[in-house]
Amino acid sequence: MSDIIFKLTGGVHPPQNKHQSTQRPIAAAGIPNTLVIPMSQHLGPPSKPIVAVGDRVLKGQCIGATDTLKSAFVHASTSGTVVAIEERPHNHASGLPALSVVIESDGRDEWQLMPAIKDWHLADRDTLLQRIHEAGVIGMGGAGFPAASKLSTDKNIHTLVMNGAECEPYITADQMLMTERAEEIILSCELLMHLLGAEKTLFGIEDNKPEAIAAVNAALIERGNDNIKVIVVPTVYPSGGSKQLIQILTGKEVPSPGHSSDLGIIMQNVATAVAAYRAIALGEASISRITTLSGDAIGEPQNIEVLIGTPLSQLLEQCQWQPARADRIVIGGPMMGYTITDTSLPVIKTTNCLLVPTREELPPPPPAQACIRCGLCAEACPVSLLPQQLYWFSRAGEHDKLQDHNLFDCIECGACSYSCPSNIPLVQYYRASKAEIRQAQADTEKAEHAKQRFEARQARLQRLEEEKVAQRAARAAAAKKRAEEAATASAKKDEVDPIQAAIERAKSKRAGGNTAATNESVNQVTKLEKRLTAAKIKLASAETVDSDKVPVLQEAVDKLTQQLAEAKANPVTTSHDAAVDPVQAAIERAKAKRAGNAAPASPADEIAKLEKRLASAIQKRDMARDSMPDKLEAFESAVATLEEKLAAAKAKAGE
Amino acid sequence: MALLNVTSPHAHGPLSTATVMQLVLLATVPGIAALVWIFGAGVLVNLAISAAVSLACEAAILKVRGRPVGFYLKDYSALVTAILLGIALPPYAPWWVVAIGACFAIGVAKQLYGGLGYNPFNPAMAAYVVLLISLPVQMTQWGAPFSNPAMGLGDALASNLFGSVDAVTSATPLDALKQGIGEAGQTFGSLGGFGWEWINLAFLAGGLYLLWRGIFTWHAPISMLIALAVMAFLFPNEAQGRIHSVLFHLFSGATMFGAFFIITDPVSSATTPRGKIVFGALIGVLIYAIRHWGNYPDAVAFAVMLLNLAAPFIDQYTQPRTFGHRGARS
Ligand code: SF4
Ligand code: SF4
Repeated sequence: MSDIIFKLTGGVHPPQNKHQSTQRPIAAAGIPNTLVIPMSQHLGPPSKPIVAVGDRVLKGQCIGATDTLKSAFVHASTSGTVVAIEERPHNHASGLPALSVVIESDGRDEWQLMPAIKDWHLADRDTLLQRIHEAGVIGMGGAGFPAASKLSTDKNIHTLVMNGAECEPYITADQMLMTERAEEIILSCELLMHLLGAEKTLFGIEDNKPEAIAAVNAALIERGNDNIKVIVVPTVYPSGGSKQLIQILTGKEVPSPGHSSDLGIIMQNVATAVAAYRAIALGEASISRITTLSGDAIGEPQNIEVLIGTPLSQLLEQCQWQPARADRIVIGGPMMGYTITDTSLPVIKTTNCLLVPTREELPPPPPAQACIRCGLCAEACPVSLLPQQLYWFSRAGEHDKLQDHNLFDCIECGACSYSCPSNIPLVQYYRASKAEIRQAQADTEKAEHAKQRFEARQARLQRLEEEKVAQRAARAAAAKKRAEEAATASAKKDEVDPIQAAIERAKSKRAGGNTAATNESVNQVTKLEKRLTAAKIKLASAETVDSDKVPVLQEAVDKLTQQLAEAKANPVTTSHDAAVDPVQAAIERAKAKRAGNAAPASPADEIAKLEKRLASAIQKRDMARDSMPDKLEAFESAVATLEEKLAAAKAKAGE
Repeated sequence: MALLNVTSPHAHGPLSTATVMQLVLLATVPGIAALVWIFGAGVLVNLAISAAVSLACEAAILKVRGRPVGFYLKDYSALVTAILLGIALPPYAPWWVVAIGACFAIGVAKQLYGGLGYNPFNPAMAAYVVLLISLPVQMTQWGAPFSNPAMGLGDALASNLFGSVDAVTSATPLDALKQGIGEAGQTFGSLGGFGWEWINLAFLAGGLYLLWRGIFTWHAPISMLIALAVMAFLFPNEAQGRIHSVLFHLFSGATMFGAFFIITDPVSSATTPRGKIVFGALIGVLIYAIRHWGNYPDAVAFAVMLLNLAAPFIDQYTQPRTFGHRGARS
């Protein structure tokens, strides 16, 4: 037998309380009149609504789309009419509202299926992944990680781990699913093994679910698949954590930092696997789930198959809840669930349990006492952290020490708080500290970025300055020579009208400039194209590794695309728009100069004036280097001219 | 009813700090019973004085510090300190010795450092050491085993309070061993010091109960006992031979009491699993070193206090390897 199991580090044994909700078979919830379907039920960026108010939608029709694997598609859970697309209170620990599509059902529950991929065992990986993505399948055990993203690993996967541990007390959604729909789960395993190219499945189920174990084993025998092994694991919380279950089943620790795929293992929760299977074999989008209702304030605790978007109040009423006895409503289990106070919130894909305990059942936390350093928290921690030390560091705000002690490996399982005899809300401290550290990191990153930009700019300016000095010296020498030659020749010549000269110069420049502008716009198009490609590449890589940068990159790509389109449509004007017509400018300048010249100026005045203009021209040119590279040339020639003039004026004055 | 809005976890384990402390108190019962049996009712008088003074002291200081008195008294930690101190003191010590000890334990060693959880030293041991150093005469007058049981509680009280009834006192077996008076009278029992072996067995029983209840882990006590045994085996007392030396040290003086009730005090000991092993082992070594080569007959208190000082340092270097990490430290 390969039923060797390994011991979980730490762990606690809270009362199971699973029997209450397993007495009844899975019931169906009715179709609610109104469904509120949030666009962000998963981890990752929210999807974008692709329907409009007034549209009629069918059950399973996509209403929220995304172009990244890090996000998930969202579908209408029943047929009806879109009546609103707006921010609605969201069923999420943060309590922040989310953009939601509100559907008024027509009661017909009319399906729009995707084409079923019946012969999935012949289908290639990409087709299957694409379908899982398009069906909006996300981790239904609670985390909501997009399934396609997890399954699309490029690592070599040899083992699929099916998570049927369901270690949180009270929750029995997976248990009932395994008990009642074991065949489907076995098929799901086969499908995922095929998709991943895995050789075997280790199917972990806690030993407190004998019916589920029997059902899955029976289905397995019937199916006759030797590559799937049910492994009964001892009941201990948190055996259902992904790294924890992998440790129990394989004895291996998922490296930190790292993923289970580094060990050649991918884990999926049973409900997620079934959703993926149904998406492929039946063409059904992920529009419903099984949710446990339990707790002493629930009259008829049971599991209910419910459409995503159904208001919680409907489920509560269906199960005869007693609001007067309810002390709190927990979404999820007693160890990691969050409380809500608004029963109009919708069921979402990750809502595995509604726990409504009475005050006697789960009393409110008593005031925290002093930490007596008993170490019970450390004994309970499945990650071998030192919760007590983390607590002291957290209180003292010692971020470095916290990170030294691997705060970020904490899975927030709550085992430490559970066992602390002094009732210290340890996890709460860790959550707060993690948030603080993340914020601080974001801030320093920003500052670091700004600093780098600043330093780069300084370096560039210095380089330019050095070049400039060298150029200026060369030019001054040349000008001096010219001025000496010219002094003898032009002394007797009539003065050329400076306006005329300026017009000539500017005209010739514009002629040249025009071709230059055209060239430039061509250049710009190529440049933009290049940048766009680069940005797209970045975006693509970010989608697979760095989800939080995706929106920014996406924006950049959009902007570049737009710029490129403009540049193509409007080749010359783009570079000209902002620039003042140089001819006109030159005329103005020369006019002003002549006006000034009308009163004969002393050579010293002239020199001072020229110097001033030169300074401002240099400044402008330098600015142009940074901000308007396309105008640099014009400014450069202006500077050169002024320098020449200045040299001439000085020579003259010196005579 | 307004719905509660609180963070997870919503369930809480069965243990509370008060429960932990109560269990510790409960576990001292066999040891105390053995002490009374062997040394007489003076032990109880000690405990009563120590408890009364400790609680009064704790309450008064909490009041001065503006802390909720009832809330903190209910954690039973002051009572535990009081009982541990009462057990450690010689049964017929004058009442003021006990009172000073209790005041020092609670007032200085615990509350001055910030109260429960902040004290670097085990309060009972700190008080014991202070008394031993400042009042060596009173502190070394242990009753001779089985010489005072006939003394009723009233006489014992009188003896403690007024010194009026002469309690029979004698040197402890550890003293005797040190001074080479082992041959005179009944000093050694079959395991350890005469009479003391029963006391040690009783504390061992209480300790094992706590271990079984999961109040502390095996690391510190077991490693201390092993270290002590190894030391006694390697450097035996010539008069006893190796095996006897080992047994004698394990079952004499405050060995078991120290192993299961003092060094397991969570606040002032090392907290990481490997740290506890180091902590316990070093205490075991030190106990033997002081008993064997030092000037004081028993050494648990000194050894514990020295290692209390080292505990934060030990913790620092014995962090467990975090799940998924290679080295012990990131
Ligand atoms: S369980 Fe609580 S009291 Fe015990 S060491 Fe941890 S934080 Fe401190
Ligand atoms: S919440 Fe974090 S520190 Fe506490 S037991 Fe779980 S993993 Fe360990």
